[in-house]
Amino acid sequence: MDGLFSRYRNMSALLALLAGQLLLLAWQIKSDGDTRLIRVWAVTAVTPIVRGLEAVRVGTGGLAQRWFMAGALESENARLKHRTGDLEIRNQLLAEQLQQAGRAQALLEFRSQLSSRSLPATILGNVPGVQSGVFFIDRGSPDGVKRGMAVVTGDGIAGQVVAVYPSASLIMLATSQGFAASVTSQKHRTHGLLKGDGNSCHVEGIRNEQALDEGEWFYTSGDDRIFPRGLRVGPVRSVRDGSEGKEVEVRPAALDGDVSEVLILLDAVHGQIPDLATPSQPDVQVLPPPPEDARESAAAAAAAASPTPGGSGATPRTDADRLKERYKRIVEGQNIQIGVTPYRAPDFNRQPAAAPAGAGAAAEVQPPGGTAQPGAPPAATAPAGKATPATPKAEPKRTPATLPSTGERR
Amino acid sequence: MTEFESSPTHIPPDRLRVWSFHPATWLLVPLAAILFQVYVPRFLSYLSYLELPLLVTVYFSVMRRQPPAGALTGCLIGLGQDALTHHYLGMYGIVKTLIGYSAASLSLRFDVDNSGLRFLLGFGFFMAHQVLYWALSHALLGTHDALHVPQTFIAAILNAVVALPLFQVLDRLKSEAR
Repeated sequence: MDGLFSRYRNMSALLALLAGQLLLLAWQIKSDGDTRLIRVWAVTAVTPIVRGLEAVRVGTGGLAQRWFMAGALESENARLKHRTGDLEIRNQLLAEQLQQAGRAQALLEFRSQLSSRSLPATILGNVPGVQSGVFFIDRGSPDGVKRGMAVVTGDGIAGQVVAVYPSASLIMLATSQGFAASVTSQKHRTHGLLKGDGNSCHVEGIRNEQALDEGEWFYTSGDDRIFPRGLRVGPVRSVRDGSEGKEVEVRPAALDGDVSEVLILLDAVHGQIPDLATPSQPDVQVLPPPPEDARESAAAAAAAASPTPGGSGATPRTDADRLKERYKRIVEGQNIQIGVTPYRAPDFNRQPAAAPAGAGAAAEVQPPGGTAQPGAPPAATAPAGKATPATPKAEPKRTPATLPSTGERR
Repeated sequence: MTEFESSPTHIPPDRLRVWSFHPATWLLVPLAAILFQVYVPRFLSYLSYLELPLLVTVYFSVMRRQPPAGALTGCLIGLGQDALTHHYLGMYGIVKTLIGYSAASLSLRFDVDNSGLRFLLGFGFFMAHQVLYWALSHALLGTHDALHVPQTFIAAILNAVVALPLFQVLDRLKSEAR
């Protein structure tokens, strides 16, 4: 037996290590035993180092920037550039402080609006592993944090506490595989189960016939007893029918930007899902009618533009009026009475009778003969300048265009 | 006689050297690799694709050229990684045990000082690490996580590229074993 082990000692060592770890794994799965002692040791050993690294980063960040900036500026005017560099560094630091203060203030405002009791926390670092989506936060069991508590930001739900230690806790982001939350849509009140898939979130359990719009917001429904009702989740990025129901992708609003401060809901209280706001103003705005004076002045201006010497008052002001006047004169010129049987249809291709003096002068150019000219060339061929005088005294000599044809007159 | 003594080797015996490290190196380098994964991706998120504990496991294994030592190295680094997660202890441990054993076995046959081979080691062992972890999760824990092959492939190339300078730096910490 010893010879067998010594001959295959490499393989024996490997099998022993694998068997040991498999047994450890099996024991954890079987007894649901949390290897708490090992994890507490590991986290307690790592957390102070991470805190130290963070302190060093914060302390030396400004100095490093100043050093690099000064080195780049020595080639030019040292005094002026140095001053500029200092101002830039100060500006960056102030901007960073302002940004941090803004984030903190937004979080505080959100916290004051929450009906749930919450605890602010700062993200310290990632859990080792490729794209694990699990982070350490600086709050632990002495702060009242418990496993399963909801983690939110001012923009919506961010994740969930998955492990708690004395000096830190682990939170799983909403986009992580294994995350789930019960949600409902704002407009159609469609219920579903939000699940993370590593990169984004999907909502499952929605049938194809249920209504859901792209861009519609999801809120927590409170059915999962983890997230209270009424917390924002995010808008629907894409929705389409699938074989087992709708395939809905949701963009968590809380994880859009950099997440460095979060709130842990210690005592979750349900809220309300806000209704859709109805627009107060319609998209199409109707202007108020113009004042009476303006309308009268516009009518006066139109009358001045087309004077009626005869004083008939029926001055055509639109194309439709002019067309109507033209057809009326055609019908009258052919001695046809509309509506009287036996009915004879007027020939609208013929030129109409001459318009009353001044009436419709701007509408069409008539030959100065004053009567209908069947068969004559179109009046439009006459120069406009010669057609405007409509008085009998101004009748010019006849031109071939104004000669009566031999047909209709006879 | 072990099972490897009868296998053909592709390197001359004078280059088949075994390297050792200071005990502090054994402790601090894996710890630094794990801390890198904990801390740095918070500021440079694209660096979360780097699996430095795996690269350190591969390096120590191929330098020692002893499969049991490689397996033990992988086991300890993997368990250290597991202890900082919320998963069951042993998942990373089992995977890195296999990786360490395989890397040490390969180092008995090939010249691991070659840069091209180091690139291939980084690439191949990262792919094997991800596939093994995915398969173990499915088989032992019954999870249904998806294996994103294109992303894994690109991450493997990035890890292989990083492995070259990393191994060069770690080369300065080694000394020939007596």
